[in-house]
Amino acid sequence: MTIVGNFFILLGSAFLVLGGLGLLRMPDVYNRLQAGTKASTLGAMSVLLGSAFLAPGIATKAVLVIAFIALANPISSSTIGRSAYKAGVPLAPVSVRDDLKDKESNA
Amino acid sequence: MKSRNGLPFLIAALAAVWLLVTSSVRLDELAVGALAVLVVALAVRKLSGVFAGIRFTPRSAAFAVVYVLIFLRELVKANLDVALRVLNPALPIRPGIVEVRTGMKSPLGKLLLANSITLTPGTLTLDVQEDRMYIHWIDVKGQDIEGATKAIVTAFEGTLKEVVE
Repeated sequence: MTIVGNFFILLGSAFLVLGGLGLLRMPDVYNRLQAGTKASTLGAMSVLLGSAFLAPGIATKAVLVIAFIALANPISSSTIGRSAYKAGVPLAPVSVRDDLKDKESNA
Repeated sequence: MKSRNGLPFLIAALAAVWLLVTSSVRLDELAVGALAVLVVALAVRKLSGVFAGIRFTPRSAAFAVVYVLIFLRELVKANLDVALRVLNPALPIRPGIVEVRTGMKSPLGKLLLANSITLTPGTLTLDVQEDRMYIHWIDVKGQDIEGATKAIVTAFEGTLKEVVE
């Protein structure tokens, strides 16, 4: 149990670190959101799962929090991305397409 | 069976959350829980219509499990994908916003689909308008709506449609 728990916590931390690196390296807010959302979701889930293995007493609550994270994290990212777009934050020059352009007026 | 009113589901879900959080069946805790569930359910009852599209059959429950498993697999793949891109010195990205079409009709179905897309490799839902979704794609492939729809949406939609609406 201890080994499994620590493994998941380590794994989660690794994903969180990579997500942080992604925040630093990605060129614009949208790509940063991509890296940040995925890493923070799985990272936090994995850390919680590991904690549940280390302290079985909190297992039900940990599972509940995991479910909330799975639901709330992507919503907040979408909202941030959408607000950024509506506020006129430009795509990085490396971007190849923008289908949302000119579609905003009828929103 | 499909419930027309979302309120029963809302109450059941709130009660389940309370029971899981307290992990106790003491009478006083149950009483407070019932009160809390009632107050919250009344406060948000106007929004409970979103849950109306959920199906409650053994078949849809099985698909819900399949859906969660697909979701977890995609989430792990998404993280490995991000990790590989971030660790690659060349930073191989080809980002852009693509338009895709969705067949989901209910608000809950669209929400779940949008969430799933956000957590799958390389895609982030930016906006939902009617039956169109605008996805930020970190590695754009192809040029047309059909291709993008197939690559991004189809994996989830079939399963999800068995669960909601």
